[in-house]
Amino acid sequence: MKTRLLDNRDFLAGALFVAIGAGGFGIALAYPFGTLQQMGPGFFPRVLGAILVGFGLVTIARGLRSGERVEGGWGWFPLAMLTVSIVAFGWLMERVGLVPSLVVLVAASAFAGREFRWGEVAVLAGVMCLLSVAIFIWGLGLPYPLFAFEFGP
Amino acid sequence: MDVLANLALGFGVALTLKNLAYCFLGVLLGTLIGVLPGVGPLVTIAMLLPITFGLDPVSSLIMLAGIFYGAQYGGSTTAILVNMPGEVSSAVTAIDGYQMARQGRAGPALATAAISSFTAGILSTLVVAFFGPMVGHLALEFGAAEYFSLMLMGLVFSAVLAHGDLVKSLAMVVVGLMLGLVGTDVTSGLPRFSFGIPELLDGVGFTVVAVGLFAVSEIVLNLARSGPVEVFAKDVKDLMPTWADIKASTMPTLRGTALGSFFGALPGVTASVASFSAYMLEKKLAKDPDRFGKGAIEGVAAPEAANNAAAQTHFIPTLTLGIPATAVMALVLGALTMQGIQPGPQVMTTKPELFWGLVASMFVGNVLLLVLNLPLVGVWARLTQVPYRWLFPAILVFASVGNYSLNNSAVDVYLCAVIGVFGYVLAKLECQPAPLILGYVLGPMLEENLRRALLMSEGSFTVFVTRPISLAFLAISAALLAAMVMPAVRRGRARATDDADAG
Repeated sequence: MKTRLLDNRDFLAGALFVAIGAGGFGIALAYPFGTLQQMGPGFFPRVLGAILVGFGLVTIARGLRSGERVEGGWGWFPLAMLTVSIVAFGWLMERVGLVPSLVVLVAASAFAGREFRWGEVAVLAGVMCLLSVAIFIWGLGLPYPLFAFEFGP
Repeated sequence: MDVLANLALGFGVALTLKNLAYCFLGVLLGTLIGVLPGVGPLVTIAMLLPITFGLDPVSSLIMLAGIFYGAQYGGSTTAILVNMPGEVSSAVTAIDGYQMARQGRAGPALATAAISSFTAGILSTLVVAFFGPMVGHLALEFGAAEYFSLMLMGLVFSAVLAHGDLVKSLAMVVVGLMLGLVGTDVTSGLPRFSFGIPELLDGVGFTVVAVGLFAVSEIVLNLARSGPVEVFAKDVKDLMPTWADIKASTMPTLRGTALGSFFGALPGVTASVASFSAYMLEKKLAKDPDRFGKGAIEGVAAPEAANNAAAQTHFIPTLTLGIPATAVMALVLGALTMQGIQPGPQVMTTKPELFWGLVASMFVGNVLLLVLNLPLVGVWARLTQVPYRWLFPAILVFASVGNYSLNNSAVDVYLCAVIGVFGYVLAKLECQPAPLILGYVLGPMLEENLRRALLMSEGSFTVFVTRPISLAFLAISAALLAAMVMPAVRRGRARATDDADAG
């Protein structure tokens, strides 16, 4: 059975490991290696990077031999929506305050699911705002403004 | 007797009104969130962690422990009623518990789970009280070489016992170790892998990693999957098990407790391994193994006991050695470190109220758990029906606000999103997140101890094999790995982990 490389589960996993290992190794080249007796900050990362590349290559080889596919489709849409909603929350928190950020987070993430109902999402956003304000602002005393408008440079 | 005096000290700490309240709050919140379908103990703790930051170390540890076993217990309720366990350890309970629920015996299944957990909790807390100090005492002899080898063994355990391909699990350990390197190097003060981002100088926050890796990627997996879920919440009546039920579950509970206590104390061995072995043992011992998988009460009692026993004894390596047994314990350990406490053998002598307060609070917490769960089981049952489309935005809200509050900075929130994408891709490629997170937590300690061991041995690796305790740890790790490569064992392991997964 021939599997396309982009569907080949272990090939992809191995490639990811090789990339991380090689990347880490490369970056760690800038750190002093030291000696065995006086391990420098570059010692451990380089060793780990090399080991990871090794494991990655083994995984690639196994993937090419077994040809197992990635099971089920990729959920790119929910993944993208969730990522966007989390990033938007962080970005907005520093600019418009807690409440609007939460509303955006709840609405955008709820949109990632297949069942999106405006009424429900509105209620959910309201409840979440109340709960978060009660727990984080009043309960834990975190110093975040509920509403703000700070789009400075 | 030393232990008794220490326990008295512990109860003195645990029974103060304040700590009692935090224990109760922890158990309540833990159960409340753990019972929600698809939310496991790890995510529960990661979400609730910021709440404990303001407390003093003892109270926060007591509350965290309460959250932990509350969540663990809540997960079992969900497993029995919805067949949607939040974590693998409850997956074993789901096999027979869910079948009991389908036969209209949800009540006795839940009660048996509660009683077995309670019994196991009390007995294994005694194990912690007696063996914890012994391990701590032994660990006082440990030098850097022993610590390094022990951590290596824990990492090997976590990779070997993870479900799926061994090479990929080992690779995940290494990825975790590298992730743990992000931040300022303690010895040289050099920032590593920080890409010029000031927030990364202190390393990647552990709740950021945990939430991204477990909560975010789990949500995407759930959203991309479809299929209706049968819930048996309406059938919860006749809570009390019959006399026959109790008789049938007594021995399994005790055997499960023994297995769970043992496995829980080994670093890197998760509660799921304990509950699965307990299940297999009961199946072997049963006169008619065919009943298993069709609603056998032993199949609920034994894994629940093992699960909960392991949950308590996990605290032995975590507190006495400073080596977290599992990802959840890694979070607990991280929380303690943030409180300025460096867990290790010294904790027992320098902070006896911490260790013994926790032990005593485990007794208290298990009683509270039982008191809370038997009468409120109807409430928990109704909570399992909360639709997922309400749940996951709520999880994201708490996780994101929590992450933001770590440094009052959006960078942690962004990081969590990135790690979430990473975690999802890894999950689709069937790479297990548990070894990664253990590696991430142990990484800095592993490097530090390696460095110190080599410094003292003047650069010679023989130090790891000439010291007997260190050699023993390494030999066990090597034997495990060698055994895994043998084809017969590999097939058996594949079957075992697949069975556990199918539940």
